[in-house]
Parts: sequence; structure tokens; C-alpha cells
Amino acid sequence: MPAIEIVDLEKIYAAGFWRKRSKRALQPLNLAIAEGEIFGFLGPNGAGKTTTLKILMGLVFPTAGTARILGMKLDDPRMKAQIGFLPEQPYFYDHLTARELLRYYGQLSGMDPKQLSRKVDTALEQVKLSGSANVQLRKFSKGMLQRAGIAQAILHDPKVVFLDEPMSGLDPMGRREVRTLIEELKGQGKTVFFSTHILSDAEALCDRVAIIHQGELRGIGAVAELTASVHGKVEIVWQGGAVPAGIRSMGAECHSAGDTMRVILPEENQDTALEALRREHLRLISVVPVRTSLEDYFVAQLGTSAKSEAVSPGT
Amino acid sequence: MIRSRQVTAIASTILVCSMASAALLLHKVDQVPPAATLQQMLYISSPKLLKRLCLGYEGLLADIYWTRTVQYFGGKHSQGGGTYKLLWPLLNITTQLDPHLIPAYEFGGTFLTAKQPEGAGDPGKAIELVQYGTQNNPDNWRLYYDLAFIYYDQKDYRHAAEAFLRGSQLPNTHPFLKIMAAQMAQHGGDLETARMMWSATYRTTHDKMIQANATAHLRAIQVNEDVTALERLVQAWRDRTGHFPGTFTEMVSSGWMRGIPLDPLRHPYRLEYGGRVVVSNPDDLPFLDKGLPIGHIPSAVPKLSPAN
Amino acid sequence: MMNTRILHIATNTFREAVRDRVLYNLIAFALLMSAAAVLVGQISIQIERLVVINLGLTAVSLFGIVIAIFIGIGLVSKEIDKRTLYTVLSRPVRRWEFIAGKFFGLSGTLVVNTFFMAIGVFAALAYVSHHFERSDVGILVALYFIILQFVIITALALFFSSFSTPIFSAIFAFWLFVIGSFAQDLRNFAAMAHGTTGLLATGAAYLIPNFSALNVISQVAHGEPVPHRLILLNTAYVLVYSAAVLSGAVLIFERRNLK
Ligand SMILES: Nc1ncnc2c1ncn2[C@@H]1O[C@H](COP(=O)(O)OP(=O)(O)OP(=O)(O)O)[C@@H](O)[C@H]1O
Ligand SMILES: [Mg+2]
Repeated sequence: MPAIEIVDLEKIYAAGFWRKRSKRALQPLNLAIAEGEIFGFLGPNGAGKTTTLKILMGLVFPTAGTARILGMKLDDPRMKAQIGFLPEQPYFYDHLTARELLRYYGQLSGMDPKQLSRKVDTALEQVKLSGSANVQLRKFSKGMLQRAGIAQAILHDPKVVFLDEPMSGLDPMGRREVRTLIEELKGQGKTVFFSTHILSDAEALCDRVAIIHQGELRGIGAVAELTASVHGKVEIVWQGGAVPAGIRSMGAECHSAGDTMRVILPEENQDTALEALRREHLRLISVVPVRTSLEDYFVAQLGTSAKSEAVSPGT
Repeated sequence: MIRSRQVTAIASTILVCSMASAALLLHKVDQVPPAATLQQMLYISSPKLLKRLCLGYEGLLADIYWTRTVQYFGGKHSQGGGTYKLLWPLLNITTQLDPHLIPAYEFGGTFLTAKQPEGAGDPGKAIELVQYGTQNNPDNWRLYYDLAFIYYDQKDYRHAAEAFLRGSQLPNTHPFLKIMAAQMAQHGGDLETARMMWSATYRTTHDKMIQANATAHLRAIQVNEDVTALERLVQAWRDRTGHFPGTFTEMVSSGWMRGIPLDPLRHPYRLEYGGRVVVSNPDDLPFLDKGLPIGHIPSAVPKLSPAN
Repeated sequence: MMNTRILHIATNTFREAVRDRVLYNLIAFALLMSAAAVLVGQISIQIERLVVINLGLTAVSLFGIVIAIFIGIGLVSKEIDKRTLYTVLSRPVRRWEFIAGKFFGLSGTLVVNTFFMAIGVFAALAYVSHHFERSDVGILVALYFIILQFVIITALALFFSSFSTPIFSAIFAFWLFVIGSFAQDLRNFAAMAHGTTGLLATGAAYLIPNFSALNVISQVAHGEPVPHRLILLNTAYVLVYSAAVLSGAVLIFERRNLK
């Protein structure tokens, strides 16, 4: 039995005052995610990631299709006791402190009152919020809210965790911590379904990813599988304003910043390019392999038209 | 989504059942004896304060109080009369809020004057109300008519004639007022005057209760005339034969009458001992001066109803 | 067996109201009552009791209605706007439980608020007349009826909040309160109409919440007793009417897509 099973899920939003205009947010979508898997849900802005998650959480109702989580229907309270959800840009009751918020959510999830305090403390510890446990959430920064959101998603020891852009709003330290956290969840045998448009995160964490664009599934598989067809690239940076003819003829994209030049080339052209630079006596600054393999796949999948609106490369 | 369908079914059932029982309960609440809601009926009993509180929406509020007045009076009347002790305050508030609400004066003039159990039996207040009306609506002849009527009812024919005269001098007056002024001055106490008054009232009003009242009075006048004429006839029989007839049948068979005489409700008159003529069911005919059986106690329950 | 989730949501609603300083209205109320007591005590024209009871109970009612409307209208729509609902509804909380919890939470807040105000009214009464009378039990009945009014208003505000914006909800709820105060007159009006119009008007008049029978303030101020039957009928009426309105709210909210 898959942890998450999505069958022909479709969503059309009615828009406009008379609800006459409609907006298709999700083409019929089919997905099956195994238990214990870390699954990345990738796509550019407006692709339909949040829509899918909201349907799975029972917050909006699908136009057609069904989905099951842990083999149970979406409105089954027994299933809901076993899942955790982090919405995008989470916002919480700001009259509560972080500890009160988690206690409240624990109660709603039907947690054992005797263990509640201990579990709340553990969750706060995991997201490094112990120091602000008694501060009202209205005084929290964006990143702190994101951390509180993650804490409430994992508080009740759920079997399946849904995270909508878990890294957004976090500083680099925070991102690393969340990565570690997701890996820990995997270690505990939990299923994690998270959406992102940050490729490096997906690449580093996911067993499998799905790529979605304009509500349509464009590719699904293990990261290695998806990237096998795409060759690697290198980035070469040197000092001096000119681009040697040998490099220009390769048709590579060149960027200049001050008196430094930067090109990104396919790996197999690396030697020829370095040769050309040496001939011109230009001062080489760096040669770095670019790990954007998933991004390449992404760009290839979305086609040239989508390139401009596509994705920000991860840090 | 079976579960959600279950919630829908339960919620819809609760919605329908609760709304139905709410309506039933409201019906019951409305039936709680009016004493319970007496104070509430007035809310605020000072018209001046009320006027200040209602921020310029006096018109609407006056309409509300007017409806309350009619409801209150109608309700009490159909439940068996009583003192109508709120009739005056309600009318007072109504007319203070909207001094141009003519039907209120007409209604008040009639039913503040009428004796219990048909009305409040307070002609003083009736005169006060209608005079307030004429002050605020000096061009309305109808109010002078109502005023004259109250005086007439009190047998104060001089004031009645005066009111008719004032009304008859208005620009848009009814010619009838001039005739009435003269009639009142010369033949105030005549039955003919009474008949003219009540038929005029019947013809000029739109209020069903007032019409019923006028009809009852006209019937009483009819009975009055009938009884006078019949008793005269009976007396003539006695003068001729030396004794009173035992029944009207006796007079019919002797050719003195064409048939047993009937009252306005088409019930036969009865002949009592000593040549007295009486109606057979006095409870259905309010306002009678003549034709009542000896020892008849007038009903405490009002008999007027718009249906008659 | 009380559903614990409803209890927790109700508690949280109460806590939110308290932390948002809703109970500060009690200070304004206390000031009003003290001022009234002192002033009336000085004028002393044999109607001190009347004035204190009338003014006190009217203030209790108006303060509470304003609170009920202004918190009630945000109970659902604010949570949708701020997306605080997402993390609640993704837990084993059913939508109707959320509505019920919110309703009990705000009703509880108003009961507590009214309790403190009632103390204020009785204190002012003790100050001006130095003793209580048997008929003062009627004040408790009037307060009870006022709470019943709050219950209906809370249900109505919640109902409007489940599909409308706060401003419209406030307008609708306030409007219903005003015409509901004349409900009995409207039923009288409707009873005068005939035919289809009469039938429709009567139907509409019976749908309007009946606040008129819930206001016994001036009656109580005059020391007139409230019939037991009315207490019973009003209680039953408020229970079924709120149940109907809340069911309506649930029916709408169950179907709503959260934006
Ligand atoms: N409530 C709504 N009403 C109408 N259209 C909507 C609504 N919510 C989303 N959409 C549309 O559905 C599409 C998918 O939106 P969705 O929020 O799922 O995108 P996303 O993949 O989460 O994007 P992002 O990366 O920006 O968060 C968008 O085109 C959006 O305009
Ligand atoms: Mg999104």
C-alpha cells in the first residue's frame, strides 16, 4: 500500500465575480508515493504544488479525481491524526506563545496529555526554538515562524509529513538544519512529501522527484535517473574584458562583471576553452563544475518558453 | 466523501426541524398573557423622550405604535373587553410621533368614547386626542366631524353643533357638515339626528371596526323606532278591546299586522306582560335604549365584530 | 461526553478574546456604572433603583452585543484570511467541530463578561438603595435573557462569517438585531396581510430572530415578575434557533474551498 496515492486529481478554480471564468490549476494528476520515501514535488511558481497539497489536506475540494493517504480517505480523522502539514508562509494564532501553540495543536491531534509537555519541548528543541518558547508568535520573525511551522508538523510523530516549501524564509543555517531534520525523519521511517522550487535541496534529499508545470506532470523518477541523460557543465571565470574567438565560437553564454568574465560550458569543451584562454594570456580565476544537473533536466522539460520564469538555482 | 454527506444530512435535518420548532415556540411566546408584555408594548412611555431617541425616524415608529394600538385593541376586544388601559397611552404616543396620522384620531375618537366593554369609556381623553388632531391638521374636516360626534355622544349638542360649524367652514369640507350643524342645534336629541350621524360615519370611514360600531348603532336606532311604533299599536289595541294582546299572533290573526314583526337581525320581537315590546336576543344588539327585557343584565363581553 | 476538540477550540477562542483585551470593556462599564450610581444618588427622586436597573441592564446588553458582533464576524473569515485554519483543519478536527468550538468559545467569553457586569449592576444598586428586594430576582432573569440574546447574535455572526467578509457580516448581524427587536411587530404586520403576500410575510417574520420577547428590562425595573412560562419558552426558542443557524453555518462551511 502506498503512503500517498493520487488518482486523476484535477482542480479548476472558478474566478471572477460571477465565477464564470475558470482557471485550471491541476491537469489530471497521478502519483503514488511509497512508505518511507522522501518525495520532492518540483515546479516553478504557479505550477500547482500548493493546490495539490491543499487538496490532500482537505482544505480545498478537487474538481475530479480522488486521493488516499495511508489507504484512507482525505476526510478520515484517523488518517489526519497520522499526518503533519506545514503550509507555505505559515501563520499562526499570534496571541499564543510557541509553547502554547504546540500544546494546542497537540491537543487537537489527540495526543496523550501526559506526554504532551515532553513532546512539545522535543519539537521546540529540534527546530532550535527553545529559547523563544515563551514568546508570543506576533513577535516572531519570518524564519522563526517557519521553524514553528515545522515543529507543529512533526510534533505528534506523524507517519507522513507534508511540507510546502520548508526552506523558504530560512537562513543558510536554518536550511541545513531542516535538511538534517528531513534526513532524520527518513531515518525514523517516515514518509516526507515536500514541494520546492529549490533544486539543490531536492537533489540532496529526495529518493524521487516529480516535476510539475502548469498543473501537468512533466517527469517523475529518481534524481540519478532523471539526470543521466543530461551532461554536466563547468563554469570558467577569468580576468579581462575580451572573450577569445575560440570560446565565442562554442556558442556559450558569457557574463561580464567589472573586468571579470564568466562562461558556462558543457564539460567536454572545458579543455578547448582553457587552451584558448592560455593562448590569449588571460588570467584564469576559477574552473568549477556546476552541479545543476537536475536544473538542466528541469529547463529541458519546461522548454525554452518557460526558461525565463523558471527556477532559481540553489545555493 | 461519504462522511461529509453524512454531516450534510444531519445538519440539514437539524436546520429544518429547529426552524420549525422555533416557529412553533414563537407562536407560544406570542400567546403568553399580554400582562407579561404590557410594559414592553410601550417600551418607553414618554412620547417626548421617544421622539428624541428615535433620531428622526418618527414616521416609522409611529406606524409601529399605530399597529400596536390596533393589535392591542382588537386583541382585547376579541378576548372579552376589559379596561383597555393602554389604549390612551398608545394613541397618545402614536399621534405625538406622527400628528398627521388621521386614522388614529378617528379610531381613538370612536373607541375611547364608546362605553365598556365596547370601548374605553373615556370621552374626556377622546376629546383631548381629537382636539390635538385638529390643532395639527386644521384643514381636515373629518376631525371636526369626529369631535362633534364625541360631544353628541355626551348629549352636549351645543358643542357638537359648534364643531360641525367649524368643520363646515373649511375649504374642502363635506356639505353634510353644514346640514348637521343646523340639525344638531335644533333637534339634537332626535332619533333622526342619530340616524344621520351614524350612517354618515358608516359611509365615510374605511375602518372595519368603526363600520361595525356604526352598524350596531344604526340597528339600535331601528329597534328604538320599531319598539316605539309597536308599543303604540299595542296601546291602541288595548284602548279598543280593554285588554293587552297576549301575543303578536293574536294581532296578526285579527288583521292588525301583516306578520310577526322582525328586528334588524331578522329575529321576531316578543310581547311581554303589560304591553312591553322586547327583542328576543338582546345580547346580539348592543347600544339599545328600548326593547330590553326587564331584568336583562347587559353582557360584559363586547358584541361588535367586523363580520356582522 | 464532550468532544475534547470542541472544548480545546472553545478554550483557545476564549483565550484569544482575553489576550486581545476584550475584557477591557469591563473598565468602561465599571466607570459608567459608578458615574451613574453617584449621579443618581445625588439627584434622588425616588427612581434611583429604576434608573440604575434600566441603565445597567441596557449597557450590559449593548456592550455584549457589540462584542458578540465584532468578534463573531471574524471567527471564521479571519482564520481563513490569515490561514491559521490550515494547520487546524489538517488535524483530526472536523469542520463542524471547528464551528461548534468557536461558538462555545465566544458564548463563554460573553457569559464571563456578563457575569462581571452583573456584579457591577448589583453593586451600583446596593450603593443607591442600600438594600435588595425580593423582586430583584427579576434582574437575574433579565440578565439571563440578555445572555440568550448574545447566544443568538453569536450564532448569527458566525453564520455570516462562514461565507461573507467581516464588514458585510457586521452589517447583516447588526441589521438582524435591530429588526429582530421589532420581531413581534413584524409578525403583527404580517398577520394583517392576506393571500400569498401574507403567507410570505408571515414566513419571513417567523425566520427573523425574536429579540423582542428577550427584552424584559423595563418590566424588571418596575418590579413586575416575568412569567415562568416565558423563561421556559425563551430558553427553548434560543436553543433551537441557534441550532438552526449553526447548522446553516456548518452546511456552508463544509462546502467551502479555503483560499
Ligand atoms: N484560490 C484560487 N483561485 C483561483 N486561482 C488559484 C487559486 N489558488 C491558486 N490558483 C491558481 O492555480 C495555479 C496554481 O497555484 P499554486 O498555488 O498551486 O502554485 P504553486 O505551485 O504552489 O506556486 P508557488 O511556487 O508560487 O507557490 C496558479 O496559476 C494560481 O493562479
Ligand atoms: Mg505554492
